[in-house]
Amino acid sequence: MAFARSIHHLHPLPPVSNTRGLKPSPLFLGSIRPDSHTHTITRSSVSVSSSAQRRSAVAANVSDVKTKPAANLLVTKEEGLEVYEDLILGRVFEDMCAQMYYRGKMFGFVHLYNGQEAVSSGFIKLLKQGDSVVSTYRDHVHALSKGVPARAVMSELFGKTTGCCRGQGGSMHMFSAEHNVLGGFAFIGEGIPVATGAAFTSKYKREVLKEDCDDVTLAFFGDGTANNGQFFECLNMAALWKLPIIFVVENNLWAIGMSHLRATSDPEIWKKGPAFGMPGVHVDGMDVLKVREVAKEAIGRARRGEGPTLVECETYRFRGHSLADPDELRDPDEKARYAARDPITQFKKYLIENKLASEAELKAIEKKIDEVVEDAVEFADESPAPSRSQLLENVFADPRGFGIGPDGRYRCEDPKFTEGTAQV
Amino acid sequence: MLGIVRQNVGGARGLSSQGLGNYVMRLRPVASAMRNYSAGTKEMTVRDALNSTLDEEMAADPNVYVMGEEVGEYQGAYKITKGLLDKYGPERVVDTPITEAGFAGIGVGSAYHGLRPVIEFMTFNFSMQAIDHVINSAAKSNYMSAGQINVPIVFRGPNGPAAGVGAQHSQCYGAWYGSVPGLKVLVPYSSEDARGLLKAAIRDPDPVVFLENELLYGESFPVSAEALDSSFCLPIGKAKIEREGKDITITAFSKMVGYALKAAEILEKDGINAEVINLRSIRPLDRATINASVRKTNRLVTVEEGFPQHGIGAEICASVVEDSFGYLDAPIERIAGADVPTPYAANLERMAFPQIEDIVRAAKRVCYRSVPLAATA
Repeated sequence: MAFARSIHHLHPLPPVSNTRGLKPSPLFLGSIRPDSHTHTITRSSVSVSSSAQRRSAVAANVSDVKTKPAANLLVTKEEGLEVYEDLILGRVFEDMCAQMYYRGKMFGFVHLYNGQEAVSSGFIKLLKQGDSVVSTYRDHVHALSKGVPARAVMSELFGKTTGCCRGQGGSMHMFSAEHNVLGGFAFIGEGIPVATGAAFTSKYKREVLKEDCDDVTLAFFGDGTANNGQFFECLNMAALWKLPIIFVVENNLWAIGMSHLRATSDPEIWKKGPAFGMPGVHVDGMDVLKVREVAKEAIGRARRGEGPTLVECETYRFRGHSLADPDELRDPDEKARYAARDPITQFKKYLIENKLASEAELKAIEKKIDEVVEDAVEFADESPAPSRSQLLENVFADPRGFGIGPDGRYRCEDPKFTEGTAQV
Repeated sequence: MLGIVRQNVGGARGLSSQGLGNYVMRLRPVASAMRNYSAGTKEMTVRDALNSTLDEEMAADPNVYVMGEEVGEYQGAYKITKGLLDKYGPERVVDTPITEAGFAGIGVGSAYHGLRPVIEFMTFNFSMQAIDHVINSAAKSNYMSAGQINVPIVFRGPNGPAAGVGAQHSQCYGAWYGSVPGLKVLVPYSSEDARGLLKAAIRDPDPVVFLENELLYGESFPVSAEALDSSFCLPIGKAKIEREGKDITITAFSKMVGYALKAAEILEKDGINAEVINLRSIRPLDRATINASVRKTNRLVTVEEGFPQHGIGAEICASVVEDSFGYLDAPIERIAGADVPTPYAANLERMAFPQIEDIVRAAKRVCYRSVPLAATA
């Protein structure tokens, strides 16, 4: 890779720390990765708790299983299976979306998440129902990880009335009030202030309304967004007001056809965190366990009221930007290199070699997910399209907002209004 | 003279001053109307009206908070939020850095979770830096989420020209925001409008764009006891007939209502009896009231300060042509700001915005009392 792998710790020692006087949490792990040429692990010499050391040794060596098996694993069997199921759900669902798109059942803009599943599963599986997730247009898998049923997402993509937004949102606008998925935004950077606002609400509920609230918010966005003004405005305000938010950069190196390296003066996005007074962490986004470890720390920090964190996940999308993207600019070698680091294959290997699950169990999960996704497609296929009257519904929470009709009464009282034939 | 009294009485009557109420009052002798005036009303500036409304709404609902530049320690760039920081603390009166996109979005995100933010834009010109959030994440969200997530947010601030502030500080945003489905756009004129409409906006479950006017902040209007009540709300989407008339309808909003009323007095001397409609709400537009009035008077002049093309007047014309074409005795006249970015020089600025004489001339043209001037650029 063109930019150096760097390890960032909060400890105030050179070479990489630039936190300028922030008091670090002593447990903050940061990301520890082997340097690609020498396979050494560089780590600050300040003491880290011994279990953290062992954990980090395991995290660093996930891909090199010939070292002795660590007594202290990163996940329990249940957690491992839950994460694996989520990874598989994301992958199979997106593959099915591609199929359905080429069959004409799905239309418009569809942006698939293949290859990036480790980020979604690594972070979102640690959240509670009350926590919020805000995403971009590449939001199907974030919604699925957060708990929105596959049927609801698939119907939404087909534009049916049984979709999570009754067919009115579409691929790029997944909302679920029940699961606190706050969108689904087409404009990059738009979700970041909205997520910051959701985090602001947590703090407001605690401090003003005196409620017991430790909900955190995750904002997912890409490398291209990290050059956008709104991002910096929110880094500033989140750090200033110590909001419980985690900014998760899914750096897949490409913004449609614009390489991150061509677009950014300093490509190391994690560095933008300390510039605003919050920790910035870089993590291997193809490895779900590493992402999960970093996520645990960052979410813990936010819940304790210590403020925001910026996490840069190095990841890759196996498909083009959207299903309409011919994807001609990316080097096939680069794609092959990342395909070799497929998060699902890596994690499967980890589970089997650490005896957390057998091949049969994993195959059973894969089969189950296949059935779930097929059922979702059938359900979506058979669901009805929205009725005519739905066109005018839900513009306002208060329907009198449509104003006064020619007869002097509120338009929403006109029976033709709900038939979709009234004039507005 | 009668016109002045009627205006005061109209103000004092609050909600009931539409149509019949005003008409009945006009039949009474001036003396009794004066008695009404001195008995019930006090005067209040628009600034105090807005301030008292924010104060009352924040006291009544702990979910309401104010956010914007200089709203706290500076007491508000135009002193609308004066005293609120001391009363409610910095968590509820939040001074922000200069980050319109950021804090507008923060407001929207918090509204998604049920708080009721009142986001102040120092002027609505600055809202252009945040317009993505006003439209895409606020206005459209209830629809995109199919009713799951509503956004009870208010974006407020001064709109339109002030005095000599130049091209980038003088634009009127009524037409732009008025065309977006999912937004409610309100334009108060008097103190009573300010109180009633702001309360309605804050209590409304949908995003509201509340366009004030800097030059009106210092103007005093009489307010009735009813308007001073802490639960006084005006309905969104209903215009007010400020002055009843039978020869010509003049529609206006915000500062232009005052100009239209003065123009109406001048026209009265020439025997033209003008009906002045204070729109109060650009979206939803009260087409019913406007059309009913045009059907009565048969002539229409629309007045606004914004740019003429695709403006509020254009929409009103279209509505009247669609619904009441047969009732028109003359083509509709639109008076708007000049089709130029606002100049700085005082004499040029005066020419760039409607003045009372312009309204009077237009009204006379519509009544075929004078020859049309050559079309301006």
